Amino acid sequence: MWRFTLPLMGFGLLVLILAIGLTQDPSEVPSPLIGKPAPEFELPRLHDPSQNLSLADLKGEITLLNVWASWCESCRVEHPFISEIAASGAVAVYGLNYKDERGEALKWLKALGDPYQAIAVDQDGRVAIDFGVYGAPESYLLDQNGVIVYKKIGPITARDWKEDVSPLIQQLRDKQL
Amino acid sequence: MIPEFGNFALVMALGIALVQSIVPLVGAVQNNSRMMAVAVPAARLQFVCVAISFLCLTISFIQNDFSVLYVAKNSNSLLPLHYRISAVWGSHEGSLLLWALILSGWTIAVSIFKKSLPLTLSSRVLAILGIISVGFLLFLLLTSNPFLRLFPAAAEGNDLNPLLQDPGLIFHPPILYMGYVGLAVPFAFAIAALLQGRIDASWTRWSRPWALVAWIFLTLGIALGSWWAYYELGWGGWWFWDPVENASFMPWLVTTALLHSLAVTEQRNTFKAWTLLLSIFGFSLSLLGTFLVRSGVLVSVHAFATDPARGVFILIFLAFVIGSALFLYAWRASAIISLGRFSALSRETLLLINNVLLLVACATILVGTLYPLFMDAMQLGKISVGPPYFDKVFAPLMLLLVFVLGFGPMTHWRKDTFKNLINRLLKSALISALLGMAFVLLIFGPAPLLTTLAVVLGVWVIASSLATFKNHLGKDKPLDRLRLLPLAYFGMLVAHIGVGVFIIGVTLVSTYEQSETVRLAVGESYTLANRRFELADLTSVQGPNYNAEQATIKIFRGDHLVSTQFPEKRFYHSSSQPMTEAGIDAGLFRDFYISLGEPQQGNAWTMRLNYKPFVRWIWLGALLMAFGGLLAVLDRRYRKKQEGAN
Repeated sequence: MWRFTLPLMGFGLLVLILAIGLTQDPSEVPSPLIGKPAPEFELPRLHDPSQNLSLADLKGEITLLNVWASWCESCRVEHPFISEIAASGAVAVYGLNYKDERGEALKWLKALGDPYQAIAVDQDGRVAIDFGVYGAPESYLLDQNGVIVYKKIGPITARDWKEDVSPLIQQLRDKQL
Repeated sequence: MIPEFGNFALVMALGIALVQSIVPLVGAVQNNSRMMAVAVPAARLQFVCVAISFLCLTISFIQNDFSVLYVAKNSNSLLPLHYRISAVWGSHEGSLLLWALILSGWTIAVSIFKKSLPLTLSSRVLAILGIISVGFLLFLLLTSNPFLRLFPAAAEGNDLNPLLQDPGLIFHPPILYMGYVGLAVPFAFAIAALLQGRIDASWTRWSRPWALVAWIFLTLGIALGSWWAYYELGWGGWWFWDPVENASFMPWLVTTALLHSLAVTEQRNTFKAWTLLLSIFGFSLSLLGTFLVRSGVLVSVHAFATDPARGVFILIFLAFVIGSALFLYAWRASAIISLGRFSALSRETLLLINNVLLLVACATILVGTLYPLFMDAMQLGKISVGPPYFDKVFAPLMLLLVFVLGFGPMTHWRKDTFKNLINRLLKSALISALLGMAFVLLIFGPAPLLTTLAVVLGVWVIASSLATFKNHLGKDKPLDRLRLLPLAYFGMLVAHIGVGVFIIGVTLVSTYEQSETVRLAVGESYTLANRRFELADLTSVQGPNYNAEQATIKIFRGDHLVSTQFPEKRFYHSSSQPMTEAGIDAGLFRDFYISLGEPQQGNAWTMRLNYKPFVRWIWLGALLMAFGGLLAVLDRRYRKKQEGAN
């Protein structure tokens, strides 16, 4: 009686879906911007607001753009690792100070150290919207032409660095040669 | 030493569980009663070993042994003793150990109560439970060992997740697990029946109380979880259609169907293969729930630590256990013949409709829960399925089910006629329609059609249950008949009335709840649902491992002070996330629920004021269902047969 085998077949299908599902990461939200040029921006610099930082300044080298704010607890957690990345010289690290107060942000950098080459101030979060920022912290890896090649929502971990970011940087460098 | 001892006990338990699962099965095939007799001592020894292991972990928590990684991650020396003990199951590893302990507890219960069962059947059941134990013990030892040491030892622990530092959470997981794991017993009975190729009356009489007890625990566990979410998460919601909640609700629906199908099998000797399939489904869904919760394939507010290796292990285990059960079913079920015949209108038909509706409800939840996963697996994009989907598909199914429910107990087995049925129930139908509408109109005024319909159906279930009861007593000598009524019959009525109470509660609270987010400074007040909420005071409070801001809120009705509530915002030392402790003025007919938002300038806070009419009826209904189940378990007929066999 074949109808008694129906539950077994249905279950087989379910296991298949679950097995595929297991290989996916549910917290990984694909960014529509990956593979596209980063949105243009021109924002005042945190340390010297009379000067501007724009996308053009980032082009020419591989850069990691890190969205942070002094009110953001996870940024505090992430900070030592960002500093480590910057110190290793593997990539130029830039900051996007997101919806923050200048005084608080400077105090934060003074207390924890400033790993950034330069920091753009996005006071009203306009540029963050163009980038599709979900919330701080968030990081974008840009290639030499300012194209977004990688995005991480939430703090970058050593594992992200080892498994995703570092190999990507290596690939970009290899391509350049 | 103690953690190593616990680890050793766990390894011992695994070895014994292997013996428990292999030897009796071989014995059953060879008809060797000495091999089959191994099952009982093995089951008991296994329980002792798992219990020792569990005790060792508990001692490590009580002694603040932060050289044990799991203790260091989930406890803290400032944590009060009762939370140090409940922290044992506060995270993944300990939860699994609790799971294994409860499983061996159920196994030992089977080995104690099995006396009148044929040896072949009982040893097969114990062996199958042993196989499941082997799986969970391996899972613990290979991927989730709670006894791993931390070197050097931590000076201080991380503290238990503040969300779990709550009396409700001390009891919620063990009770829910009792239900989850308890489903393994009817599952094992079903597999044993398939192995022997037949179901007889004694099998059903045996399987039914076990399914009932597991169902009672599941009901209580889900209700407790819902109640906890209501007062602890600070949103005032009682059900979120979260994957983890769904994981517990799906087995409940299937087990409810199983209980009704078992009733048909016991009374009418039919629905046999179906009952077996439902027994398999029940436990399969509880395993699937474990997979969903523990593997991290789904995003959930119950963010448990997840690990892909664990997911792979559970999936393999799941595929093995459920796959072989369903294979066995495909192979042997056709040999199990149902005898009873019934006509289109009979209690059997209505119970069949009940089963179909419950299963469809379960399937819609399964689809809704797995759909995002399916889309992701097929590379069709990321989506999430939210409460609107579940509410939309679930409400009509439940209303239909409740409508049929009113007829079920009043309908005769085998064959009935519409004319008789209407004769018996017309009065209660009219009464419930009138009463239901009057009830809504008088308390709340003109109501939406769906709300009125749902309340009428809720009253209908209660009224028809009472009518059934009256009908059963008859006109002459009702007291004599009352004495003869089986306890299980009362159980059914009470549980059904619980369903009615639940439906009324859900309908009224979801239609008429009011909530408002306001900013109040000390001395200011706001009026919601005829009550004036006045912020009387703001103070800082010191807890053992947290600081809190506490508001004093006086609730007035006119000039009369109804109650004073103290909602808090807690900042645990270990966590950057503040916790909301809601202030709840609870009542049988309404709750007033206050949760603090953010502090504002000028000695003020934003806060959310909620009026929740009849919200308690939701849990009252669940309690009635569980109590009905308890009455049914205590029925004489389950005890008598065993005593008779002694």
